[in-house]
Amino acid sequence: MKQDLYLGVEAIGQAAIDGGISGVYAYPGTPSTEITEFIQGSKLAKEKGIRSKWSANEKTAYEAALGMSYAGKRAMVCMKHVGLNVAADAFMNSAITGVNGGLIITVADDPSMHSSQNEQDSRYYGKFAMIPVLEPSNQQEAYDMVYKGFQLSEELGVPVMVRITTRLAHSRAGVVRKEEVQENPLKMPFNPTQFVLLPAIARQRYKSLLQKQERFEKAAFESKYNFLKIGEEKSLGIIACGIAYNYLKENYQEEACPYTVMKLSQYPVPVALLHKMEKHCEEVLVLEEGYPVVEETVKGIFKKNLKVSGRLSGALPRDGELNADLVAKALGKETTEGTPVPELVVNRPPALCQGCGHQDMYKALNQAMDGYSKGRVFSDIGCYTLGALPPYESIYSCVDMGASITMAKGAADAGLIPALAVIGDSTFTHSGITGLLDAVNDRSNIIIVISDNESVSMTGGQDSSALGKIETICKGVGVDPDHIRVLVPMKKYHDMMVQAFKEEIAYEGVSVLIFRRECIQAAARRLRTEKKMKLNPKA
Amino acid sequence: MKTDIILAGVGGQGILSIASILGEAALREQLFIKQAETHGMSQRGGAVVSHLRISDREIASDLIPLGTADIILSVEPMEALRYLPFLSRNGYIVTNTTAFINIPNYPDLEVILKEIRKQPHFVAIDADQIAGEIGNKRASNMVMLGAASPFVNIDPEKIEAGIAAIFERKGEEVVSLNRKAFQAGLRFAMEHR
Ligand SMILES: Cc1ncc(C[n+]2csc(CCOP(=O)(O)OP(=O)(O)O)c2C)c(N)n1
Repeated sequence: MKQDLYLGVEAIGQAAIDGGISGVYAYPGTPSTEITEFIQGSKLAKEKGIRSKWSANEKTAYEAALGMSYAGKRAMVCMKHVGLNVAADAFMNSAITGVNGGLIITVADDPSMHSSQNEQDSRYYGKFAMIPVLEPSNQQEAYDMVYKGFQLSEELGVPVMVRITTRLAHSRAGVVRKEEVQENPLKMPFNPTQFVLLPAIARQRYKSLLQKQERFEKAAFESKYNFLKIGEEKSLGIIACGIAYNYLKENYQEEACPYTVMKLSQYPVPVALLHKMEKHCEEVLVLEEGYPVVEETVKGIFKKNLKVSGRLSGALPRDGELNADLVAKALGKETTEGTPVPELVVNRPPALCQGCGHQDMYKALNQAMDGYSKGRVFSDIGCYTLGALPPYESIYSCVDMGASITMAKGAADAGLIPALAVIGDSTFTHSGITGLLDAVNDRSNIIIVISDNESVSMTGGQDSSALGKIETICKGVGVDPDHIRVLVPMKKYHDMMVQAFKEEIAYEGVSVLIFRRECIQAAARRLRTEKKMKLNPKA
Repeated sequence: MKTDIILAGVGGQGILSIASILGEAALREQLFIKQAETHGMSQRGGAVVSHLRISDREIASDLIPLGTADIILSVEPMEALRYLPFLSRNGYIVTNTTAFINIPNYPDLEVILKEIRKQPHFVAIDADQIAGEIGNKRASNMVMLGAASPFVNIDPEKIEAGIAAIFERKGEEVVSLNRKAFQAGLRFAMEHR
């Protein structure tokens, strides 16, 4: 069998193509971005005509994927964990409507917050919506689960969540592909009111979702991804969820694990399997990546007063990513450690690139704000958030996408004047426009800085939905055209930028200052491609 | 037979090119590999690390457990020290001595090199200079790969074949430059291990 090396995210992209999707919908977000990028770059996907452009945000992506499922076709929607907060309304209700064509929602969680604001666990969302969740332990399982997941979704009539974490997303291993499945034909939902969640219909559909729970659990019980391996030693039993199963295996390379082990990779937690397990152990340790979802659940299910430990009990740390060393400690195994990190080693935090336009914007902003007390500039999520760190220290908030504008508005409403918002172009079209409308309708006295590098840079330079549209959007929303100004963030225009800031701070009302210069990384990529095209125009 | 390698550097230095060549060579040898990479925020000039595991048996964890790495292969000297807790007692540090200074409080390079020389097994090589002498500083990562190759359980010739495969698209000149860089690194390590 031919094995190819795939990152976890690439395996998922390949599986979706092979599994017969007609479209993927997504907004970038680490560690989920490369799933969609993989499909966008796939020759096979192009031949098949699989739709794969970026959406404006996770909610629009989710709804479009649901629409594709409505029309009978298979679709996947991908996002990072916090993206599901944005799509949560569509997500929760899609569990009630159910699906027509198979629908997979792939969510990538980021424990240890390598590139995120929090480390929320999407399995809670799965439980909340009461839909099946698949949690692969390795790249091959990620491929297999997605490949088969569309069929599972069609059989059970609901969206299926695939939950991965950073480590699996960004780790490469050999994967064997399966035969390609052809896409579904267009086919209307059998029941024409299936997607009409008027209360009377919604009540029925909710009941039907509740009735299906038993089937979901049976599917989890019968799933080949879940199994019980009975051990001789009864003092302990171990539940290993998703990738935690690998960390357990890592600890038993030379000797077999003496305890009963339950591998758990498909939810809801199969109660019947737990009842089988409890006969073989006096205590249970739960190994899971993320929040203590399973630890909390199984406590109420085990019959005897079985002691359950895990992240909640303190056997494992309550926060952060799991690894084989932490699992070893929880098992009371001896661990070795190399020499400690010498004291001279200092942190090397990420920083804005040399020559990045955000830098010139912040330099002008700092000078314009020099006479005011600190703490008046709200911001958002993107490369420009690095302006919170030295040497700039210009911004005082980063909460969720779009919050800069609305928080500045609230603070201005409270009397903090001047109040400013710094937001990126992609973040603006993701969730900034509606906040701007609020500000315009309320005539809020705020200055909005759109630092437009014409790309979604933090996540690696994807196409921005905002490209070429920002002024028109601002005008359309009702900002006074005299107070929409476009500047070029370059050193030579420093004084001009400072002056513009000062004038708009003096204006009572909504001002939008657009600082536009191509991302330096995007420019370098563009030049490389142009050079390549010159050398080999046919390629 | 396993080789666990911590690949270290700074976002933008291209440590993943080293990983992909070793991965290519390992696959050709029918070995198992797992390779955990750093994507995202840290790629903007932050500290980046990749855990590369090669084995003739199936590999469980994507991450290398503490105290068990066979090699720390770092393209930057301070970054080599950041991952010492991962290195096994018999493990080798193979590091570039050219500093990448993008922070105001970067320590004195001499002090860093002194700390590296205190370690029981190390190869400290000025890969940038060697690559420059060969013809292009950008080949310094291949010098580093060459310097680490005596400690990897794959025949250096097979790794060199991996270089040829990865750079093939870029033309004969690029392949030959990178091969020369690899060989120079290998020679240095054999003389200074
Ligand atoms: C809800 C949500 N979706 C996605 C992300 C991931 N994310 C963080 S920054 C960013 C890109 C922002 O792009 P832009 O506003 O253009 O700023 P730039 O990085 O280009 O400066 C994305 C997609 C997130 N943090 N939250």
